[in-house]
Amino acid sequence: MNDISVENMSSQYYDVLKEIGNIGAGNATTALATMLQCKVDMGVPEVRLLKFSEIGQLLGGEEQVMAGVYLAIEGDINGSIMFLVKEDVAMHLIRKLLGDMTSDTMGEMEKSALKEISNIITGAYLNAMSSMTNLSIVPSIPDLCIDMAGAILSVPAIEFGELGDEMLLIQSQIYDQVAIDGFFIMVPDMESYKKILTALGMTV
Amino acid sequence: MEIKVGMADLNVCSGSDSITTLGLGSCVGVVLWDPKNKVCGMAHVMLPDSTSIRNNTNVAKFADSGIDELLRRVLAKGAKRQNLVAKIAGGAKMFSIQNKTDLISIGERNVEASKKKLKELNIPLKASDTGETYGRTVTFYPETGQYHIKRVGKELKII
Repeated sequence: MNDISVENMSSQYYDVLKEIGNIGAGNATTALATMLQCKVDMGVPEVRLLKFSEIGQLLGGEEQVMAGVYLAIEGDINGSIMFLVKEDVAMHLIRKLLGDMTSDTMGEMEKSALKEISNIITGAYLNAMSSMTNLSIVPSIPDLCIDMAGAILSVPAIEFGELGDEMLLIQSQIYDQVAIDGFFIMVPDMESYKKILTALGMTV
Repeated sequence: MEIKVGMADLNVCSGSDSITTLGLGSCVGVVLWDPKNKVCGMAHVMLPDSTSIRNNTNVAKFADSGIDELLRRVLAKGAKRQNLVAKIAGGAKMFSIQNKTDLISIGERNVEASKKKLKELNIPLKASDTGETYGRTVTFYPETGQYHIKRVGKELKII
């Protein structure tokens, strides 16, 4: 499979990602409910293949300020993952976790709380991926960036850019009182792509 | 009129129009400008080198092939080769974590590759605002040659 590209990805792989999205969101919902001690519901996650030119149509456009948490992954699969939410949603989650302790501005404690929440959410997806493929996936410590959506998304887009002109992402919706619209982007490197497909019993 | 350039895309404009790209991160916004004829073009470059990647049909995506194509387009729009100058912005490092295989951040590599290509083409680099850790929305005005750089929570910068 020399000319692998996300454009040519089989619909079967697409379905698998959707399933990982479902299980991952389910795991994340349970974990969040426990952590935040409230009822949390989830919507059906959507797997989207987004052209670079369409990134502006995502949520509030390229200049929408968002919080992105980025982790490198190692183990059987190498690459990176990112979890992305709007800034106000991030603040909502932080307030839920910290309660009265937050000053409602993005200080060190708030950032650290958001990293912790993102760890739980990305961990839930990675567990789903890991148990479906039987591959070990080890995430690095998370790094947080609050900036324009376009600028944050340029990081996984560049990684996808080596394969094609589109980016694959899982859009998930979790609700407590507000809708927590989040994006989950996973970019395995070329070798890992083959490993994932092989582990899932697909022809490489 | 304001002309928008998307990610891994390029375009040209002239006169009182302006050209913009929103939310540049590790990518680089390369501008070629002919001050006499008020013609300019902008490329949103994502990766440094088209020759190191198999899937390289989108020429605008790479610093080398993107700037070549940008040059062709501004000349077609009425710019004169000998008048051309360049300004660049972007190439930020959005996260401190990076792939073990990349010793130098991709933003920095994009900036270096753009500078190298401009040098090869003998186009003088008049101004640049690169690196750092924040995103930039950039707009170029061919009438004045001003390159406006907007950042979240910071004042407007003009180079």
